[in-house]
Amino acid sequence: MSEFAFWMVAALTIISAGLVVFSGQLIYSAVALLFTLLGVAGLYVFLWADFMAGVQVMVYIGGILVLIVFGIMLTHKIVSVKISQTNVQRRIGGFAAGLFLVILISAMGSASWFMEVTPEPVETVRTIGILLMTKYLLPFEAASLLLLGALIGAAMLSRKEN
Amino acid sequence: MTVDALYHWLNETFPFLSGNEILIVLAILIPSVALFMVIAVNALVLVYAERKVSAFMQDRVGPMGQGVGLHAGKWGLLQTVADALKLISKEDIIPRLADRKLFIMAPFVIFVGAFIAVIALPFGETIIIADMNIGIFYILAVSSFGVIGLILAGWSSNNKWSLYGGMRSAAQIISYEIPAGLSLITVIMLTETLSMQGIIQYQSGGLFSWIVFSSPFSFIAFIVYFIAAIAETNRTPFDIPEAESELVGGFHTEYSGMRWSFFFLSEYANMLVVCGVAVTGFLGGWQSPIPGYFNTAGWSIFWFISKILFLVFVMMWVRWTFPRLRVDQLMDICWKYLLPIALFNIFGVGIWTLIFG
Repeated sequence: MSEFAFWMVAALTIISAGLVVFSGQLIYSAVALLFTLLGVAGLYVFLWADFMAGVQVMVYIGGILVLIVFGIMLTHKIVSVKISQTNVQRRIGGFAAGLFLVILISAMGSASWFMEVTPEPVETVRTIGILLMTKYLLPFEAASLLLLGALIGAAMLSRKEN
Repeated sequence: MTVDALYHWLNETFPFLSGNEILIVLAILIPSVALFMVIAVNALVLVYAERKVSAFMQDRVGPMGQGVGLHAGKWGLLQTVADALKLISKEDIIPRLADRKLFIMAPFVIFVGAFIAVIALPFGETIIIADMNIGIFYILAVSSFGVIGLILAGWSSNNKWSLYGGMRSAAQIISYEIPAGLSLITVIMLTETLSMQGIIQYQSGGLFSWIVFSSPFSFIAFIVYFIAAIAETNRTPFDIPEAESELVGGFHTEYSGMRWSFFFLSEYANMLVVCGVAVTGFLGGWQSPIPGYFNTAGWSIFWFISKILFLVFVMMWVRWTFPRLRVDQLMDICWKYLLPIALFNIFGVGIWTLIFG
C-alpha cells in the first residue's frame, strides 16, 4: 500500500523538480515548484513526520511560494513580455551535476546502510512541543527573536518615508 | 472509514485480488468519489438556499417556478438543476491572449485545495476519511493551496480586473489566515490535541461542554474565527476580490461555463470546510447537545451537518445585510482589531486554564 503511494509521490517530486529547472518561463517554474514542495511534504509523511509535512505545506506553499508568484506577477508586464528562465553555462553545470551524481551513486553503493523498520510514533506534535520547551528552549527563543527582528525590519522597509 | 480500513475490507471481500494494486487505487478512489458527491450536493443545496435566503432577506420570494414554459419545480426546487444544466451547456471561452495552460489549470488548483481539506472533516465517530494526528493544522495548511490557484487564475486571464481580483484575494486570505489560526490555537490549548476527533472527544457531555461556552475567551475566539472564516471564503462583506461594482467579477471575470462552475463549487466547498472547522473546534462537532441522547452514527451525521448548515445560514445572513468593506477597512479589521483580540484571547485562555482548568 504505502510502497505504491511512495513511488507516486517520489515521481511527482522528481518530475516537477525537473520542470522547475527546465521550463522556459519563470511562472511555469513557480507552478511546478508547487508540486515539488507538495511532493516533499508527502515524503515527510513517509518518514512519520506528519507535523513537518504540515509545516512544509504551510510555510513553503502558503508563504514562500505565494511570495514568489506575487513577485513574478508584479514585476511582469501583463501583456507581451515573457520573463524567460535561462540556464547559462549548461555544459559546465551539467558536468558538475553529473560528477555529483556519480559520487552520490558510488557513495550509496558502497555505504553499509543501517536498516530498521521504525514503528509509527503515537504522538509527534506533543513530543516536538515538549522538546521545544525543554531541551531546545534556547534555539527556539533565539529563532523567535530573529523572526521578530525580521518582522520589524519588513515594517520599517515598507513604510512611507516622510 | 479511513482509506486503510477500506483497503483491509476490500482485501477481505475480494480475496482473489488481495495485495493487488487495483485495490489500493479503489480504496483511494471510493472515498474521493463519495467526497466529490458531498461537495456537489453541498453546492446544489447551498446555491438554492442562497437564492431563497437572499430573496427572503430582501422581501422577495425567490425562484418559485411559476409561469408557462420551462418550469423550475415547486418553490423553484429545480432552479439549481437548471443552473447546472446552463453552466454545462455554456460555451467555454478562453481569451486569445490568456496564458492557456495556467488558465485551464487554475480552477482545478483551487478545487483541489478545497477538496483535500474536506477529507479531514469528521462526520461521525468513525465517519472520517483521514483522522490525522495533525488534523486541524492540516486543514489550515492546505487552505493555502487555494491562494495559489486564485493568483494563477487572476494572472493567466490577462485582464486587469482579474489581476486586481487575484492580488486582492491573495492578500486578504493570507492576512485573515492569521487571526483564524490564532483563534484556533485557543481551542488547541484547551484540548491539547490537533486531531479533529480528539478535539471533538474533549467536548463530549452536552451543550455546556462545547468549547464556545467553556469560557468567555473561547466565545470571543469563536466570533473572531467566524469573521476570519467569512473573509477567507471571499464572501460579502469581505468580497473585494470579486467586487462586481469595481472589478466586474474579480479573478473569475474571464471564466465561463464549466470552468467558472469549478470556482463556484470550490467556494461552497470552502464554506463547508471553514464551517466544519468552526463546528469541530467550538460547537462540539458531531456530538449531540443533550448528553447520552441522539448519539448514534446516523444522528452524529445529522448533528454535524445541521450545525454546519446553521453557520452557513449565518454567513448568508451576514452577506445579505452588510455592505462591502473598502480595502483599507478590510486590512484595518484584520490587523488592528482581530489580530490583537486573538492574541489577547490566547493569553486569556491561558490564565483561565491556569485558574479553573
